[in-house]
Parts: sequence; C-alpha cells; structure tokens
Amino acid sequence: MIYRETGQFRTSYAEDQAIFRLRQDKIGIAVILAIAWVGIPLLADEYLLRAILIPFLILSVGAIGLNLLLGYCGQISLGTGAFMAIGAYAAYNLALRVPALPLLLDFFLAGLIAAAVGVLFGLPSLRIKGLYLAVATLAAQFFADWAFLRVPWFTNYTPSGSVTAPALDFFGWVVDTPLEKYWLCLAFACLTAILAKNLVRSRIGRSWMAIRDMDIAAEIIGIRPMTAKLSAFAVSSFVAGGAGVLWAFVHLGSWEPLAFSIDMSFRLLFMVIIGGMGSILGSFLGAAFITVLPIFLNQAPALVGIQLSTAMVSHLEFMIFGALIVLFLIWEPHGLARLWQIGKEKMRLWPFPY
Amino acid sequence: MLATAPPRPAPPATPQRRRAIGEVLLAVENISLRFGGVRALTDVSFDIRKGEIRAIIGPNGAGKSSMLNVINGFYHPQEGRIVWKGRVLPRMRPHEAAAGGIARTFQNIALFKGMSTLDNIMTGRILKMRASFIEQALWIGRGRSEELRERAFVERLLDFLEITHIRHTPVGKLPYGLQKRVELARALAMEPELLLLDEPMAGMNLEEKEDMCRFILDVNEEFGTTVALIEHDMSVVMDISDRVVVLDYGKLLADGTPDQVRNDPAVIAAYLGVAHG
Amino acid sequence: MAELGPVLEVLLGGLMSGVLYALVALGFVLIFKASGVFNFAQGAMVLFAALSLVRLAEWLPFPIAFLVTIIIMIAVAWAIERLVLRPLVGQHGLILFMATIGVTFFLDGFGQTIWGSNVYQLDLGIPASPWFLLESVFPGGLLVSPIDVFAAVIAGALVIALSIFFHSTKIGRALRAVADDHQAAQSVGIPLNRIWLIVWSTAGIVALVAGMAWGSKLGVQFSLSLVALKALPVLILGGLTSIPGAIVGGLVVGAGEKLAEFYIGPAIGGGIEYWFAYVLALAVLLVRPQGLFGEKIIERV
Repeated sequence: MIYRETGQFRTSYAEDQAIFRLRQDKIGIAVILAIAWVGIPLLADEYLLRAILIPFLILSVGAIGLNLLLGYCGQISLGTGAFMAIGAYAAYNLALRVPALPLLLDFFLAGLIAAAVGVLFGLPSLRIKGLYLAVATLAAQFFADWAFLRVPWFTNYTPSGSVTAPALDFFGWVVDTPLEKYWLCLAFACLTAILAKNLVRSRIGRSWMAIRDMDIAAEIIGIRPMTAKLSAFAVSSFVAGGAGVLWAFVHLGSWEPLAFSIDMSFRLLFMVIIGGMGSILGSFLGAAFITVLPIFLNQAPALVGIQLSTAMVSHLEFMIFGALIVLFLIWEPHGLARLWQIGKEKMRLWPFPY
Repeated sequence: MLATAPPRPAPPATPQRRRAIGEVLLAVENISLRFGGVRALTDVSFDIRKGEIRAIIGPNGAGKSSMLNVINGFYHPQEGRIVWKGRVLPRMRPHEAAAGGIARTFQNIALFKGMSTLDNIMTGRILKMRASFIEQALWIGRGRSEELRERAFVERLLDFLEITHIRHTPVGKLPYGLQKRVELARALAMEPELLLLDEPMAGMNLEEKEDMCRFILDVNEEFGTTVALIEHDMSVVMDISDRVVVLDYGKLLADGTPDQVRNDPAVIAAYLGVAHG
Repeated sequence: MAELGPVLEVLLGGLMSGVLYALVALGFVLIFKASGVFNFAQGAMVLFAALSLVRLAEWLPFPIAFLVTIIIMIAVAWAIERLVLRPLVGQHGLILFMATIGVTFFLDGFGQTIWGSNVYQLDLGIPASPWFLLESVFPGGLLVSPIDVFAAVIAGALVIALSIFFHSTKIGRALRAVADDHQAAQSVGIPLNRIWLIVWSTAGIVALVAGMAWGSKLGVQFSLSLVALKALPVLILGGLTSIPGAIVGGLVVGAGEKLAEFYIGPAIGGGIEYWFAYVLALAVLLVRPQGLFGEKIIERV
C-alpha cells in the first residue's frame, strides 16, 4: 500500500514529463540523495570511501557515458577505456603545460578532447554497422594504449611512464581527504546523471533511440543519421573522458597507461549490460554490482571458512561475469534497472498479483 | 508549365466530399529504375495534385513500393526526375525528403520498438524543434518549452486517432492494428504536405479498415494533407481516392478517376481480370 | 642482395605469424557464415582447447589426449549451442555478439579453473632450433623456425580439408544453404540446430589446431585468448564470410605489421604491431566496408 499512484493526478504535461512522476519516487530519491550526501559521510570509514564508493561513483559516470552510446544509440564500443585514457592524459598535459588554467576548465577541455577523438573513431559508424564498429572502437583502444605507452611526450618523458596528477585545487578548495574526494565524485556523478537524463528525454535522445531501433525509419522522419550517431559518440566520449579524468586525478593519483586498458572497456561494457542498456539508473546499478562483486568474492569464502587463492578468485570472477552477461542477455536485456522497475510495478498492484 | 496548371473541379467519384484540388504538388517524370539487370520501373510519369487522395495500384511486383521509395529518396532512379512544388529534386536522401515535407509509412511497420507510443510520435516532431544542445542538457529555455509545446501537439494527434490510452505503452507490445495507427500518427506529426502510405490497411480486419479509411479522409479534409497510397483492397481504393495510377510490370498502365480506371480495358485485362480469377 | 636478407627474413616471419592469425580468423568465418554470429569467444576456445590438450597430454599418450580434447571441444560447442545460441535465436546481432563476450569470459575463467593458469610447454616433437635457408644466396642464410613451417603446413591442410568438406559433402551443402538463408534452409528440412552444432564443433577443432600451433610457439597460457583480438582485424580485412579472405587477410596483416615495425617502427618508438592490424582494418573499412573478399551488402527497404 506504500507505493501507489492512486489519488495522484497529473494535471499538466510538465508534470507528466517529470523525471520522477510519483510522489513516492520523489521521496525515494530525496532519501537516497540525503544518505549519499550526508549519511554516508557521517558513517563510512576511509576504506569504504577509498576502495568502494569513490570507484563506484566514477565508474557510474563512465557507464553512463557508454550507455548513452550503446544503450541509447545502439552503437557498440569496446574502446571506452581509450576515451577515459584520452581524457586523463589530456587533463594531465593541460595542467602541466598550461598551469594557469583553472582545474575545472582543464577537466572540461579534457572532456572536449576526448569527444573530438570519439567523433573521429565514430566516423566509420556512418558506413558500417554493429559488429564492424566493435573493431573500429577496438582500434581506438589499442592505438591509445600504444600512444600513451610509447610516445613519451604524453607522459612528459618520465622514465617509468607513470605520471602523477597535480593537487586537486578547485578555486582554493583543495580536495585531498577521502571524504572530500567522495563529495567531489558524488557531485560529478549527480551532475552527469541529471544532464544525461535530460538529454535522453529531449530531441537528441529521441533521435539516438530512433537510430538504435530502426535507422531507416529514423531517416524518413528527418533524422540525419550522421548527426545522430556522431553526437552520440561525442557526448559518450565526453562523459567517458570526464570519468577518465576523475579516475586518474581523484581515484588513482598516479597512474600508468595500463589503468585504462581493454579490461576497463570490458568492465564498463559489463556494467551497462548487467545494469541495463538504455537506463541511467541501470548505469549506477551496474557499476555498483561490478565494483562490489570482486570484493565480495574475495571476502565471502573466507567468512565461511574456505580459502581460495587469488588466482582462483580471479578465475571465479571471470566465470561469474561471463555467465551473468549471458543470463542477462537471455532473460533481461534491460538489466537490473528493468528488474527494479518490475518490482515497482508489482508494488503498485500489490496485493493483487496480476 | 507546372505553376500554371489550372485548378480543376473536384472529381465526381465521391460527391459527398468537396475538396479544393489544386495545382500539381509532385510530378514524376519519365522515371526508370533498375536493380542490376532487373527493371523495377520503366518510364513512369504521373502527377499528384495538392489536396487529393491519389492511389497507386497494381499487382504484386508492379513496382508500387519502389515508386514510393523513389519519391522519398531511398532509391535514386537511373532516368527521369521528380519535380516537387515546381522544383526539380536532385538526388536527395530520405531525411531531406522529410525536411521538404514528405512523410511516409511502411508496408511492414517501421516503428521504434523500444520506445513508447508517445516517444514514437514525438520523434515525428524532431524537425520542428530548435533547442540547442545546452538547452536540452539543462532542460531550460527551449529545451523545456519545446517539449511541452510538442507534447501538447502530439496529445491532439493521439486524441484525433483515438490512441490516448496507449500513450505510455511500448509500441512493441501493441496489437498490429494499433501499431499501424501509431505509425500514421508519427507521419502526421511531421505535418507533411504529402503523405505516402504503403498499404495502410494490409492485414486489418473490416472494422480496423473502416477506422483507417475514416482517418485518412479526415486527415485529407481537416489538415488538407495530400495523400498518396498503395492499397490492394479495391473497394477501399475506389471509395476514397480521387485519382488512381495503375502500374503493371513497372510500367504505367492507366491513370484517371476511379471510374475511368475501373472501365479501362487494359486494366481489366491485366489487373482486375487477374484478381477476379 | 645483402640488404635484402633481413627484409626477407622479416617478411617470412610475418607471413608465418599471419598463417596463425588466419587459423583463428578461419574459426570466426565458419561460425559467422553458418549462424550469423560474430563469435568473440573464438580466442577463448583456442585457449581452452590448448589448455585441455597440454594438461591431458601430461598423463595420457598424445594421440589419445588429442582425441579427448576434440571430444571436449564438441561438448563445449554443444553447450554453447544449447545454453547460449538457442535461447537467443532471432535476436539482434549485437546481442549475440555481446553474449559471445560473456562466453569468452566464462571459458577463460572456467578453463583456468580446471586446468590451471601457469605457462605450459607444448612439445609436438618439432626441433626448436631454427633452420637456415639459402645460405648460398644470403650471408648466414634465412632464419626460419620449424614450428612456423609446421603451423603453415597444418593451416594449409586445414583450409584444403575445409574446402572439400564445404563443397563436396552433404553436410557442407546444408551448411552453405544455412549460410545463405536460415529460414529457407529450415523450410526445406535442414535441421538448423544440428548444423550449428557441427559448425561450432568444427570451429572448436580449428581452435584446437590454432592452439597447438600458437601454444608450441609461445607456450600455452592465458595470452592465447588474446590472439582473438588480432584475428578480428584480419577478419574485417578479408571479409566476414570468406575463407580465402581470412587466409589472405591473415597473411597481409602478419607480413604488414612485421614490415611496418621493421621500416617505421624505430622512428616512432616501436610497438607498431600493437595497433597496425587495426588501423589497416579501419582504413579498409572506410574504402571497402565489406572487406577485400566479402560479399557486398545490399540494403533493401
């Protein structure tokens, strides 16, 4: 009886088009935001922030980036890691070579650079579809891996190839404690989620989805396939680039090109598939799931008295991820987000089970 | 030449409907289309006048769908030209045809399966929206006001086509007849000057056909939209269309009012004769 | 002539590794032709087959281990057909592709769980010391590894066998029919599921051969799975549906990347092999989207 829309009438199209239509949903999101902004900072210890929450938030941003491209526009990318890397190294080099640049602007420009490269590698999508595109984006991945490893200019000729981010100074606010970093990431995650949600419920998002569902029909209603696809690549790479900056500057501090290898690309892909293609909420759920599962696998067997080697845990992780991908694709291609929605529908109808 | 074509009186076929049928809106001139060695269309010419309902009929494989595909830019003919509102259209893409005011539906429904009825029809308004990227991302200014304005427009369409109850339903879950109606709504949302309908009543039962006929007539009369449609049901064609083009093996067989076409010996021999066994 | 020697050596080495790429690409082509699935798991199948063989051979005579591995690969094919493909039949190609990524991870994890994850030496009894050819023409001769030659011979034999299989047997005809049009094939009574099982089993056996060739060269280890990533551009280059395309694509990529490394590698920091194949494939895609040997895709409205 708690989750009901009875008695709540929407009397304008504005109300009907709101992101959270039901009063219960509005209360729900307010509670979640209160917990995220106030509750967690009060309760969480440093390990939780550093090892789970900060990576989770940054990866959520990255997953939103990929989801815009894959889930909304239907263009696969196996190179999200590359666009994260481009964002990270662009921000690093900008900060290094143009020290006068405010950090926020530096982040923004890094995102734009990632977007530009994203458009470049998205160009083949105009001539080719689906599977071929996987190869084109893999090309981006391998090329970026190589460039940041072998072209010393990008890493400022450091002998080890590892680079360190500058201090996180936002107009005098120096972000250095885990809690401050958490707040920063939370702010970026909230911002990304809102902007992405706005885009997908606007003209541009609808043109992406039209291209995804049936490109021929999209064209007859006046959508230019080129504009739609390339804008999806641009926005997706911008967001991924931003996630890369956060991952490098906030989470890692110092990093090597390996931090953004193809493993990262696959992780993000799994987050999108498991969380739900075509869902902003799903990006968060997927990121949470993929972040927490390995930690759970590491600790759970020990709790019940089973000792597993690290190698074994990593193999188990592979198997579970692989099996989950297949299971979700077969049973629920819209992922955890859809399961959550079904749960809510059930609540609305409760106690009548039909 | 085209601009000076005199307005002609309403055709006698359906005396209860009096519409102003105007000048030539679209002229198809000597179109020939080949796929490799296969000739889909050979030297076909006809015109579509403003405000009329124009039917294109012919046996299977006569080149009817190919004709529509030529008109809205999916296929580019090897010979001939399309004159749209007095201007010769160069090789255009379908999205350019859309921007020029030509909308169409498909024989096999071409809806966006992952989207709701409302979103499907809203896509038809994309060309009417001007909000910048920033306005859309921040849901401010035109980003917000256009959404509301177009939503109101689409709601009127939903109401007109009697599909308000399914506005939030994903179209993939709708029955066939309703999907056809949503597709019509999406085309209408573009406020086209010329509406191309490829077998709008295929696979429908009698009641659904009657509904669809009524919608087509209403669209034609209330919005003044010119309609060109492909249909196999002869009684429907004869009832609602002002003029009929008959194609056979990619060639123009006859062109005229339903009565003229019905009594044309070539048509009877080649088409109706076959249809009647 | 003296300067030509090293170049020829590089070219030969490249062609030899190209043969190995082609072997993996061949598995892709087989599956794509018959079931329209872009099987990302081909590399994982190479690893799984090689691991099974090398571990079984530790306590079984080699020929028996080989046979048992073939049976295992058929079982894997059966499981994939049954558990993954059948429930997803009729789905969009992108969904199937992502499902095979899932299969890749599962197989990689599963294989290393049951067979272990060290580097295992696979000894096929081929001399490890290189041969020197044409010593009379080039000073010091051309250095050629017997393992590479062995792999090339095996690959050639496999291609011939597959061609005969495809063109001269009843199953082959059915396969080609299925590749042409699934529904039409089904309507004339070709059992689709059995065809898929046969194709995936064949791809499994091709994977085993590829795994033996790569494994005897590099040792059987996880990195074998990544060979698939090299085979993808080969595939694009040759065209997704062409067996000769896979072979030629493999040779072009193999030779091209080695020569590129040799000529321009030193100038830009080396490691060109890492991306050369992809950039080449991308360039081909832009000019000729169907690949060198692929069939032109005609889109109908």
